[in-house]
Amino acid sequence: MSELLRATAIGTDLTRVEGPAKVRGRAPYAYEHPLEEPLHLHPLCATIARGRVSSIDASAASALDGVVRVITHHDAPRLADTDDGELAILQDERIGFRGQYLGAVLAETPEIARQAADLVVIETDAEHHDAEFRPDHPGARAPEGGADDVRTGQFDTALAAAEIVLDQRYSTPIEHNNPMEPHTTSARWDGDTLTLWTSTQGAHPAKQTLAPILGIDPERLRIISPHVGGGFGSKGLPHADMMLAALAAQVVPGRAVKYAVTRQHMFAVTGYRAPTSQHVRIGARVDGTITAFGFDAVSMSSRTKEFPEQAIKPARQMYAGAHRHITQRVLPLDVAVPSWMRAPGEAPGMVGLEIAMDELADACDLDPIELRARNEPELDPDTGLPFNQRRLLDCLREGAERFGWAERDPRPRSHHQDGWLIGTGVASATYPAFRQPGSKALIRSVASGYEVAIGAADLGTGTWTALTQVAADALEVEPEQIQLAIGDTALPHATVAGGSTGLASWSAAVITAGRAFRREHGTSPAVGAESTGEAGKNPAAQELAMHSYGAHFGQVRIHEPTGEIRLDRMLGVFSAGRIINPRTARSQFIGGMTMGVGMALHEKGELDPRFGHVVNHDLAEYHVPVNADIREIEAHWLDEEDPQAGPLGARGIGEIGIVGAAAAIANAAHHATGVRVRELPVFGDAFLPR
Amino acid sequence: MGHPVHLVIDGQEHALTLDPRTTLLDALRDHLGNTSPKKGCDHGQCGACTVLVDGRRMNSCLLLAVTLDGAEVTTSDGLAGADELSELHQAFLDNDAFQCGYCTPGQICSAAGVLQEAADGRPSVITDDPPRADGPGPEQHDPPEFDRPVELTDEEIRERMSGNLCRCGAYVGIVDALRQLAGQEQR
Repeated sequence: MSELLRATAIGTDLTRVEGPAKVRGRAPYAYEHPLEEPLHLHPLCATIARGRVSSIDASAASALDGVVRVITHHDAPRLADTDDGELAILQDERIGFRGQYLGAVLAETPEIARQAADLVVIETDAEHHDAEFRPDHPGARAPEGGADDVRTGQFDTALAAAEIVLDQRYSTPIEHNNPMEPHTTSARWDGDTLTLWTSTQGAHPAKQTLAPILGIDPERLRIISPHVGGGFGSKGLPHADMMLAALAAQVVPGRAVKYAVTRQHMFAVTGYRAPTSQHVRIGARVDGTITAFGFDAVSMSSRTKEFPEQAIKPARQMYAGAHRHITQRVLPLDVAVPSWMRAPGEAPGMVGLEIAMDELADACDLDPIELRARNEPELDPDTGLPFNQRRLLDCLREGAERFGWAERDPRPRSHHQDGWLIGTGVASATYPAFRQPGSKALIRSVASGYEVAIGAADLGTGTWTALTQVAADALEVEPEQIQLAIGDTALPHATVAGGSTGLASWSAAVITAGRAFRREHGTSPAVGAESTGEAGKNPAAQELAMHSYGAHFGQVRIHEPTGEIRLDRMLGVFSAGRIINPRTARSQFIGGMTMGVGMALHEKGELDPRFGHVVNHDLAEYHVPVNADIREIEAHWLDEEDPQAGPLGARGIGEIGIVGAAAAIANAAHHATGVRVRELPVFGDAFLPR
Repeated sequence: MGHPVHLVIDGQEHALTLDPRTTLLDALRDHLGNTSPKKGCDHGQCGACTVLVDGRRMNSCLLLAVTLDGAEVTTSDGLAGADELSELHQAFLDNDAFQCGYCTPGQICSAAGVLQEAADGRPSVITDDPPRADGPGPEQHDPPEFDRPVELTDEEIRERMSGNLCRCGAYVGIVDALRQLAGQEQR
């Protein structure tokens, strides 16, 4: 158990410290760092899903006034390591998915680069491809690295003997992160040193990934990323766009190359959430007690690089049940490379599980909250460890109170109003609490206060503000005395802003450095006095099952004649340890819930198996929630601290807001109409007569 | 193939020579170093590039700069003096009406447009028609006259701000910020 940092600045609702620059538009994102006479890059891309490039004729493009270079696999710089199929671009003639990078045009203006890219003639030899996700596909197999199946007790026997049996399949579609800032990199080589001004959730981890592939000493790669225009996981791992800018800049040394991925192309090259199919089998007694628990998931992956969307993750620990059968399989196809999207695993996995729990409650004629109460596990069913602060039921009960759940008539189709059917639904939320070791912070005394340096990231998550508060309390000074520096590999190492680990992991370093500073330099330090601190491992993680929990409540209305579905209101209650800044935290919870509304009602990437690409690849066709889709959304949290999570006492809040949100809405739609939708998103046609 | 164009950007006059394909957004960002408006989609689908052109909100990615000779363009950065914030800026800060901030200058320009449009009596698609003085008649197909400001209810704010996407999900705060400025009572 850690000694908790005493909260003075922590817990106050400081407004965002970088906010004044952001509202005016002066905070520089990746494209916006002033660079002298940059070249503009437009990519050349594969138009088939599988095959080879047979010829490239760039003569017309090269002849265009203002074109500086066209690079392809024939003349692109060689990479030192080509094991990563996503990042090893322009190294050979192979095509693994439609939209893959085949080359780039560098020109004096973006208009000329784009025109020239159209003039490049690329001939290809297409091969038979497979881009249709079918869960019963014979190619589905255990993820690379082996299966991590759960087979406890006698599942088949227990299921067969159960008084109540639920056996249903659920599916989640392709979803795209679509941060508002497209993935952007400006790259410049100066001698043997490469600088990338880019949009990343982890400057240091990106450096560690890219440098060995480029064959350079990591100290010769600098990544600058002070402001990130959203990421939601898609800027967590470096994608091929960053590599393309780095390779292209290598052929024009000393000159900066700017490359912003187009919105359309983001659907192919910046990662996405893979579709999943979830087969849920639950055996229960008539009183709702689960005896047999089965969850078998298949997710789509890419033959270019594997990424398993581990939909089974929450099923491993959410509910009791002695006899368990849990498996995850992946189906690699000739499609773009999926990657992290907000709460990978948990977000899709809690769709099938939480709709299934609603169905089981119906089958047992139980309130869905009471059903969950009857299936609280004493120990983590996955690891056998005791839970740390498992307050799922507290969240459900507080949410029920705030939402007015007690007044609900549980019968479906029981509430009509002016041609609309109104319903309410509930679902649980969960996300594991990790803390990553290895971040370092440097604190230096300056005339006006203290510089605190750590190569962390703020992608809208509030790091500039919350880490300033943490540093203030670590040094026992006012936040105004802290000058924070983040988003640069010239600053001390920081782990990625991902997996809801960022603030807890970085704060462990800042707190260690702050305590060291006071120990070494006292309370009246000389200007220039310095101390460093490094975040260690969390020993409690070996002894406790550490997760955050929450509860979502939603109310929808469905127009009976047309099937139109509208969200009336949503309410979430979360248990996530100490909240550092209630203002930014509320926004982050509500933001996750809002993305959950998109997951429930709007978002679906339509993969055309004939061509292997997502055809609705822009913001007019791939719908995300707009202002009019979101009415009342409230987020609350339990007032608590978690000393087992570390000196900050916080477990991370970036992802839990989306987990379970879609299921609560789907369950509300069932309550409104009596129609059970098991395939996301919930579109209006589901409610029309068949 | 440069074409001369004269623009007034945030009160400053600029004489530019531009490729006729250059959008107002790219003219601002690539040629003038004014990166307050953002490029989120380049197709008029997200609103991150919203600026005020002669006082009206527009997607600057859909405007070719050479067609705007003489226009006055205001970005979010031009809504306040160098070292101050406008009421709108402050309302967005106070209500935490953004997270990553990338859509924010566009949201703020759009919000400025919404406040002006409502004050000018411009209806949205959900605004009720005003009652007609002379009842139904042959003139019923004429557009209704809105001769007084439209009340900015929460529904009106949501409707009018729906051309500006925010993927961080700050809509609740954005509505709070506009409600504050529209002079309504806080919930």
